[in-house]
Amino acid sequence: MMADCLKGYRKIVILTFPPEVSGNPVVCVISKKYDISFSILQAQITPRKEGHMTLELCGPEENYKQAMAYLQEQGVRITPAAETVSRDDDSCVHCGMCTAMCPNDSLTLDPVTRRVVFDSDRCTACGMCTRVCPVKAMHADVDMEQLQ
Amino acid sequence: MPKTIQEINAKIKAGKAVVLDAEEMVQAVKDMGLKAAAEQVDVVTTGTFSPMCSSGMLFNFGQEPPTIKASSVSLNSIPAYGGLAAVDAYLGATELPKDDPLNKVYPGQFKYGGGHVIEDLVAGKAVRLKAKGYGTDCYPRRELEKQVTLAELPYAQLLNPRNGYQSYNVAVNLGSKLIYTYMGPIKAKLRNANYATSGCLSPLFNDPLFKTIGLGTKIFLGGGVGWVLGAGTQHNPAPKRTERGIPLSAAGTLMVRGDMKGMTARYLRGVSFVGYGCSLAVGLGIPIPILNEEMAYYTSVSDADIPMPVKDYSQDYPQGVPRVLKHVTYAELKSGSIEVEGKQVPAVPLTSWVLSKEIAQTLKQWIQGGQFTLTEAQELLPAG
Repeated sequence: MMADCLKGYRKIVILTFPPEVSGNPVVCVISKKYDISFSILQAQITPRKEGHMTLELCGPEENYKQAMAYLQEQGVRITPAAETVSRDDDSCVHCGMCTAMCPNDSLTLDPVTRRVVFDSDRCTACGMCTRVCPVKAMHADVDMEQLQ
Repeated sequence: MPKTIQEINAKIKAGKAVVLDAEEMVQAVKDMGLKAAAEQVDVVTTGTFSPMCSSGMLFNFGQEPPTIKASSVSLNSIPAYGGLAAVDAYLGATELPKDDPLNKVYPGQFKYGGGHVIEDLVAGKAVRLKAKGYGTDCYPRRELEKQVTLAELPYAQLLNPRNGYQSYNVAVNLGSKLIYTYMGPIKAKLRNANYATSGCLSPLFNDPLFKTIGLGTKIFLGGGVGWVLGAGTQHNPAPKRTERGIPLSAAGTLMVRGDMKGMTARYLRGVSFVGYGCSLAVGLGIPIPILNEEMAYYTSVSDADIPMPVKDYSQDYPQGVPRVLKHVTYAELKSGSIEVEGKQVPAVPLTSWVLSKEIAQTLKQWIQGGQFTLTEAQELLPAG
């Protein structure tokens, strides 16, 4: 992950690009112009040409704010990502399927107990596990304060 | 001295039977040797908990006069097959609501299907039954709609046409984009290898040539008691096998049934595979009688004795190319990483080892407690 900027300002955001913007290289601009480094956690263009992208952004706080203002000017909708993921321990069957998709090893299979261990401190709330868990035991909890 | 099932049952009833789970049996045979293990151990219990798509519920929902000949039936908007007698129907685990978006926005979520209805019923929840008929002289009603619980259904049997696959493919992706399969999401360019079965705990690895399992074998099914009805669909009696009888590809399968009213939602879970569809994770455990040294030998199978075929799911599997990239043992898979085409690939299970072990242990306790005796199969599964 983005270890080199852990001391900087770090946010996970979901960007929604309207069809007329989804072809523009705006993420490249925020990187070059505002010196924001980014990691793409998820990206998709729907059949209606709307773009969805989950980014982990890192950089000086002032630059981050300017970059967000720039994105808004371009018509990009910005939603702070759900910042916490939790597990329903009663529901989890410890199959292990989520461990394939977790990008930072916060979900791992204990080699001795064969249980899936969830380390919430490592979790960046990318949401992959919530999509792939076959019994829907992983939940993204939206930080409502952040959304307001 | 060979034993009979009757002798083992007499020991079970007297509370004197020696029962081990299939993982414990591996160690027991190592420690005491085959001869002593065959003499001392009476039963080995197996267990597996895994998605098993060929599963479903055969049910009767009773008449509420005026009577109906239901030709279209659904539970919680999941269609059931109504082409049976008046109020009989069959709900399949992979069935989806008619208005499900499927994979139109790829990858689809498949949030609720037949497997989830089965889980809800077993969990004691009420589901919405809708039935339509065309009206006859003897069955005049055209529509019936009501909430039903499992307790209110006059008859509900889990009836699974193919469960407990003996071995299965290890799925990898040699292609350049993420694929969504019934083996879960497989990342491009060999970045994960997804595998199933519970290895040395798996029922059909412990009786690989079907010397004891067949029609009439009493089993653990979904937390209750079930029965083997015979070979399941796609049962392959004569695959290539290792010296100890373990198949080199997916081979034997089981058809099973059991009364849902004795089952629990812990061992029957509706599952959603992103981009693929819905299914049902089934808990299945089979007791193997240790009749002789041969059965002690078979049940001593360890994870290292089980080779499983690695297959490409980007091109080969969908195109029906039978290429096996290599075989890896279940022990290698369990170590968390396998080597494929010179690359270390994380190995990711779909079968819950924790619940598989729990099932084998539960069945062991039932037998030790004297409440579960063994049955003699009336017709063994075909073996080549």
